[in-house]
Formats: sequence, structure tokens, C-alpha cells
Amino acid sequence: MSKYLPKKEDLVRQIEEQPGPLKGDFADREWWEMPFEFREGNFCFPAKPEVVEELGFSNPRKWTPTDEDWKLPSGWEKTLLDGMRERLKKYRSLKLYLDICVRCGACADKCHFFLGTGDPKNMPVLRAELVRSIYRNDLPMFRRVLRGFAGARPLTLNVLKELYMYFYQCTECRRCSVFCPMGIDTAEITMMIRELLQLIGVNNNWILAPVANCNRTGNHLGIEPHMFVQNIESLVDDIEELTGVSVEPTFNRKGAEILFITPSGDVFGDPGVYTMMGYLMLFHHIGLDYTISTYASEGGNFGFFTSNDMMKKLNAKMYHEAERLGVKWILGGECGHMWRVVHQYMNTMNGPADFLEEPVSPVTGTKFGNAAATKMVHIAEFTADLIHHDKLRLDPKRNDHLRTTFHDSCNAARGMGMFEEPRYILNKVCNSFHEMDENTIREQTFCCGSGSGINAEEYMEMRMKGGFPRANAVRKVREKHKVDSLVTICAIDRATLTPLMRYWNPGVSVYGLHELVGNALVMDGEKKRTEDLREDPIKGFEDDGEDDET
Amino acid sequence: MKKVINPLLVVAVLALIPYVGVEYAGLDYVFGVVIPYAAAAVLALGLLFRMLDWLRRPVPFNITSTCGQGQSLDWIRQDKIESPSRRWHAAVRVLSEVLLFRSLFRNNKAEFRKGPDIVYGSHKWLWLAGLVFHWSLLVIVVRHARFFLATLPGPVAFLEHADSFLDVTVPALYMTDAIVLTAVSYLVIRRIVDARVRIISLQTDFFPLFLIIGIVLAGISMRYMTRVDIMPVKALATGLAEFSLDAPGEIGALFYVHLFLVCSLAVYFPFSKLVHMGGIFISPTRTMLNNSRAKRHVNPWNAPVKFRTYREYEDEYREKMKKAGIPVEKQ
Repeated sequence: MSKYLPKKEDLVRQIEEQPGPLKGDFADREWWEMPFEFREGNFCFPAKPEVVEELGFSNPRKWTPTDEDWKLPSGWEKTLLDGMRERLKKYRSLKLYLDICVRCGACADKCHFFLGTGDPKNMPVLRAELVRSIYRNDLPMFRRVLRGFAGARPLTLNVLKELYMYFYQCTECRRCSVFCPMGIDTAEITMMIRELLQLIGVNNNWILAPVANCNRTGNHLGIEPHMFVQNIESLVDDIEELTGVSVEPTFNRKGAEILFITPSGDVFGDPGVYTMMGYLMLFHHIGLDYTISTYASEGGNFGFFTSNDMMKKLNAKMYHEAERLGVKWILGGECGHMWRVVHQYMNTMNGPADFLEEPVSPVTGTKFGNAAATKMVHIAEFTADLIHHDKLRLDPKRNDHLRTTFHDSCNAARGMGMFEEPRYILNKVCNSFHEMDENTIREQTFCCGSGSGINAEEYMEMRMKGGFPRANAVRKVREKHKVDSLVTICAIDRATLTPLMRYWNPGVSVYGLHELVGNALVMDGEKKRTEDLREDPIKGFEDDGEDDET
Repeated sequence: MKKVINPLLVVAVLALIPYVGVEYAGLDYVFGVVIPYAAAAVLALGLLFRMLDWLRRPVPFNITSTCGQGQSLDWIRQDKIESPSRRWHAAVRVLSEVLLFRSLFRNNKAEFRKGPDIVYGSHKWLWLAGLVFHWSLLVIVVRHARFFLATLPGPVAFLEHADSFLDVTVPALYMTDAIVLTAVSYLVIRRIVDARVRIISLQTDFFPLFLIIGIVLAGISMRYMTRVDIMPVKALATGLAEFSLDAPGEIGALFYVHLFLVCSLAVYFPFSKLVHMGGIFISPTRTMLNNSRAKRHVNPWNAPVKFRTYREYEDEYREKMKKAGIPVEKQ
């Protein structure tokens, strides 16, 4: 276990004993008087100087948040305030959301980080007030009056440190925006503040290193093309071993009908690779004319957590590659923030994609009208359509060794409105599916606690706190229905819910939806399957002669 | 308690100003004609300015908060209101926010228990208090039309009649007077009692609440207790509505307290959080359509960004790619 992670008993004691407004404490305090402190375990490491340099961001240097002196460029206050003024002109959302909050408090207990840490500055309203207090101070005429009356304060080093701390304790999950009567979206504010902090070199290595990798090699993990292919080929071998069927993905193939893009975590990370196997099996089974690119080998986009320009720069590869290969449309794998970018940003930033065609399923003939302009279809839409048209032979009994629940990924839920497709698929591929509490699923789903580029090892303690509301809901459905499998459609979820479950709910494993599809899919020419894609035995399908169920 | 006492004091001072001004300095004309016109102008122009100031800023991206199933495959039922794909869906969504506080209705309350455990309970009080507070204020404002108009339009007369149908006092009690006082009291008390709301509350959160309480109390005492002579009030109001500059008759200081507090609210309105009244109509997460993949949203300041092209990529990895059997453009 990580050296950055306290024992569960200690963390539980800490969570239960720490004071917080949730328990009625701090009633006599003002939030700006409340201290905060950087210590090991509550910050992500700042970006290494060479990474900052490679990306052309400012102020590369060695530093750490526990330092007294952050080695900021001179005039950093002006840089930040000018940057804020510029963005207030460019984004109505930012201006409006700094102006119209009435501090009704509806969002207060909706944030997973507030529920997990009890820290009042993690209430979305106060997170935004950190910025509003500086924003209000920007009216020179009224400065003196406003300071006492309207909670305005000057931008000091301490305020900067506060911004750095709390805007990396927001995962841009948008749960608060669902409850806000004004529709204020804290993610908008978080994105702006993170972008501003880049201007003076206040950053996060776990975000910027993948960004640099992605720029250079095409994916966050920095996998070079030959390794990328090699790894998928080893998955191909695994598939053949398990099913007897040899699937044959192609790479960078011109003239394919469809370009398939998924997060690189599916190619290299456990348990993401099993989801990848599910995709490969599905595509082979339906005879899809597709190709995978080593250049656009990343669905995710950590640029989204960096700056608008960086998001655009990384995302541009998708259309660029689709055009070069001459495909008709793009199919995207399971991922959360990737789909926020693809669904709500891609066509605006890097479109129009006139060189592509309106996506049509080659198997069912279904026109994906909802993707007519962006020309990129979500794998769950694609597969749900296949199943609905009865194009797949599925044996849900092959998932009988799993009792599942479904975790809605924040971005697919609140940034896309994808709720029914994955549930439809899940119900078709397994026999045991139970929902978690209604306050914790669908549009009210809780973040895994590690989204938006804070899934760093050194941040484990905060991640376990931020993920606690999600873990708690899983615990309850587990107690009620003996659930042991948490199914998601997000690559970051697969990577982060795994340690979260290991910590809070040992015995619960994390699965990608298409891994279960792969398990249930009856392929032409396959041999009798006795194990699932993880090589775990399937209940009722054991080898002849071995009847003992373990 | 500074944040509660200070705004209370400010409201008290604001109430004293017209009292002294009218009672001792005889400034009836200033408080009855000059200030109301000025305040009305600030309110109207200020709100207009704020709205235009927001609207002139672009909305670069489609950032709909999708709180329900989006439009997808034909056989999947779309939640048209929470994931709108047509203009009228979004119009219903925004109007239901404005008229019914739809999002606030979702509100629940998380409670932390030993275990550790978090349980969620239904919590509609804020929604209820907020809703009746805003609606009562609207009804009260509308029925004040009887002071400004010589003949009341039918709907306003009906509203006034309905509001006073309980008829338990002389003159008949307006229900909204009682409701607004109850609701506003709840809104003040929760800001003081609930630790969560208390720590987020600023002086600017208490001030408008106290101001409204002051206005309502002055209004109520004029109607039910001191019984201000209504004829000169009506004469003044109809005069103002017709942009007349005539001096007001003999009314009494209490009326000027009421009027001046209303004017203070009007002036304060455009430059405070109260502009949420306008902002709620244009909040992008609610007004925008969840159709960003079906229809391209245009960002007016979208500028090209230099990215690493395939050619640059292949130049770096060509040999490795060839060895791995990956097709390349240039041998």
C-alpha cells in the first residue's frame, strides 16, 4: 500500500473526528480565517521543469507546495488578474457564475470532497468564493467598502496557495451544477483557475507529464508506436487462448471505414486491458472494417485539465488522423472526460469535420443522427444498437459469477446525458444487476474522487477521502444485494475505483462494460469457454469433471 | 455576529434617513419624487446594463448540464427537459427553473454518521421557502398596481381579491404579507442556525433579507396599524406613474420609510447578487441544448492552435514503425 495512504482505521478516525460544518462546527468562524496547510499526501507533485519547458509553459523550476517560497515570477499577481479579466471577456459562463450566486447553500453538501474531508472550503459555493473574493476586489472604487461588506480580499501569496489547494480538490464532476438553482457550474471556474495558474507555473506533474507524452507519442502513457502495437497483439494472443478465435486488429490502415479511438489506459492498464479485449472481440465478431491509430492513440485528454489551448491541441489529432486515413467516421471507447471533450468541445474547437460522413452502423444500418456533425459515436451507443437489432448472440450466464452494480461516470452522465445505453447493455450481458441508492447514481452520481487529473499516487489520501461517498454507496448495495462487481464506462474509473474499492470495500472488483460484453459474446468458431477474460472461472462453465464451485 | 449586526444597522440607518428627512427637514419632495425617479432609473438602466454586459460576452462552448437521458437511439426515451435537444425543451427547462425552482427541488441533505456513513434525506424546505418567498414578493409587487393605476386590470384585481380572500382582519389580511414574513424569517434563521449556511453567508446575504423585512414591516404597519391615509399615497403614485413632477400631499413619515427602503432595494438590486433575477434566464448550463454532436456550436474566438502533425510524428518514429509493420507515408 502506498506510503501516502494512512491505514483505514486512522483515516476513519480522522474523518469521524475532524470538525466540519457538516457536523455543526465552525459556526463562529469566517471562512477566510480558516487555516489550511500543505503536507505530504494532500498535494500532487508540481510538474518537472523539463515537462513544463517541453510544453512551452512558463516558469519551469523545481519547487514543492510545502516550500515557503514558490519561486513565482515577479508581477505574478498582475499576470493572474490580467488573465482573469481576459477570460471574463471570453467566457460568459465565468462572468455570470461569479456574479449570480446567492449563496443559498444547496450545493454545500453535494460535493464528494466536502463530504469526504469536511473542509468548508470544499463546499462548491466556497470554492467559488475563493475566486469571487478576488474578483470583487477588482473594483478599485469600492475596494474599501466591499472588503468588509461583500467579502472581498486582495490576491496575496496565501490566497494563491489556497487556490492551488482547493482547485485541485475539485474534479470538475459538475454534481453541484445539477443542484444549483442558477445552474452555476463550478467546473467552469475550476477550469479557468487551473488555466490561470499555468500562467505562473503553478501546476501538477500528473497532468502535465501525460499532456507532454500525448503530444509527442500520441498517448498519455508515452507509448511509442511499436510498443503500442505489441501490447494490443499480446491481448490478441490472450483472446485466442481464451476463445480459440483469432481477432485481427489493424493499425494506421488507410481506407478503413471506421477509426477506433479509446483511452490508452485500455491498452496498458489493468483492468482496462480486459475492456480492450472486449472491444476487439466485438469488432471481430461483427466483421467491422476498422483501424486503430498509433498517432491518435489516446482518447483521453489531460489538456482539458490544463488549458483551453492544450485541450484543443491534443484533441486536434483525432480529426487530423481521421482525415489522413480517409475513414468515414470515428468510434470512441469507454471514457468519461474524453467524452465530455468529444461531445461538448471537439467539433467546436477542431471541426467542422466535413471530410467525414454521418455515422451509420455498417451492421444495422442505423444512422447516428445525434452524432451527425461531430461524426463520432460512443461505443455504448454502437453496441446498444447492435443488441437492440439482435445482431449479437449473448449468453449472460457467462457473467453469472459477477453480481454487478453500475457507476455512472460524471462526464458521461452530466456532460453527455448517457444513462440508458450502458444499462441496456449491462442488463443484456449479465443476470445480476442492482442499482445503488438513487441519490448516488445517474445525474446525481458521485465522482470516483480522482478525476480531472488528480489520480496521482502521492495524492492517495485525498483520493480515498474524495472517493468515500462513492465507496459508501457501493458498500450499501453490496450489503443489500451481495454485489461484488462495479461496472463503469470510464478508463479513469477503472484505474481509480480499483484502489478505492480495495481500500473501502475489499472484495469488490472494477469492470469495464465491454469486458462483460466480451464475456457474454458468443463468437463464431469459439471453443467452450470456462474462464472469463480475466481468466477467472465462470460459474457453471467449469471444465468437465470439475464440479466443485469455489 | 458582525455579519448579521452590520447589515441590520445599515437597514436601520436607511430607515431613519427618510424619517428624519421628512419629519424634521420637510424633504417630502426629495423622498417622494426625486429619489423614487432616480431609483427607478438606476434599477431599469442597471438591470439593462448587467444583462447586456453578460450577453455581449460569448459562450464559446456548449456546456449543458445534462440531468437526464440525452437524445440518442430512437428507442431510447429522451428526457426532453433535463437534456433538451430543441429550443422549446430548453425554454421549458429554464422557465421551470424560474417559475418552479426545478433544480432546487432536487435538494437533499447529507448527514454524516459514525461508521463512517453518509445518509441522504429529502430536504425540500429551502425549495419551499424560496419558492413562496419569491412568488409572494411577485404577488405583492403586482398588487401594488392598485396604487399606480386609476382602473385595475382584471387579472390584478383578481389577484388582489384572491390574496385577501381569508378576510380575517380589517382591512382584509393579504395572505402574501404573512407568507413572505414567514418565509423570509426562515431564510434568515437558517443562515444563522445552520452551520453550513452560516459559514458561507456574507453581510451581503443578510442585507437584502433585512431590507425586505423592513419594507414589509413598514408596509404592514401602514395598512393594519397606523392606517395611513391612502388618498395622498394614491395621488403620489399615479402621479409618478404618469411622470408628473407634482409635490406630494401630507402622507406621514412611515410611508416615506417604506418608499425609501424600496428605493434602496431598487438601487442595490443591479449591483448585487440580486441580479440573479436576470442571470437565471441566461445560465448556459440550462439554456443550451444537448445537441453538440448533432449540430456544431460556433466559438467566435476560436483560433488555430499548432499541434503535432502526423508527419512530425512519423518523422520521429518511422524506423520503429516500419520494423513493427505499421504502414508509413514515406518509406
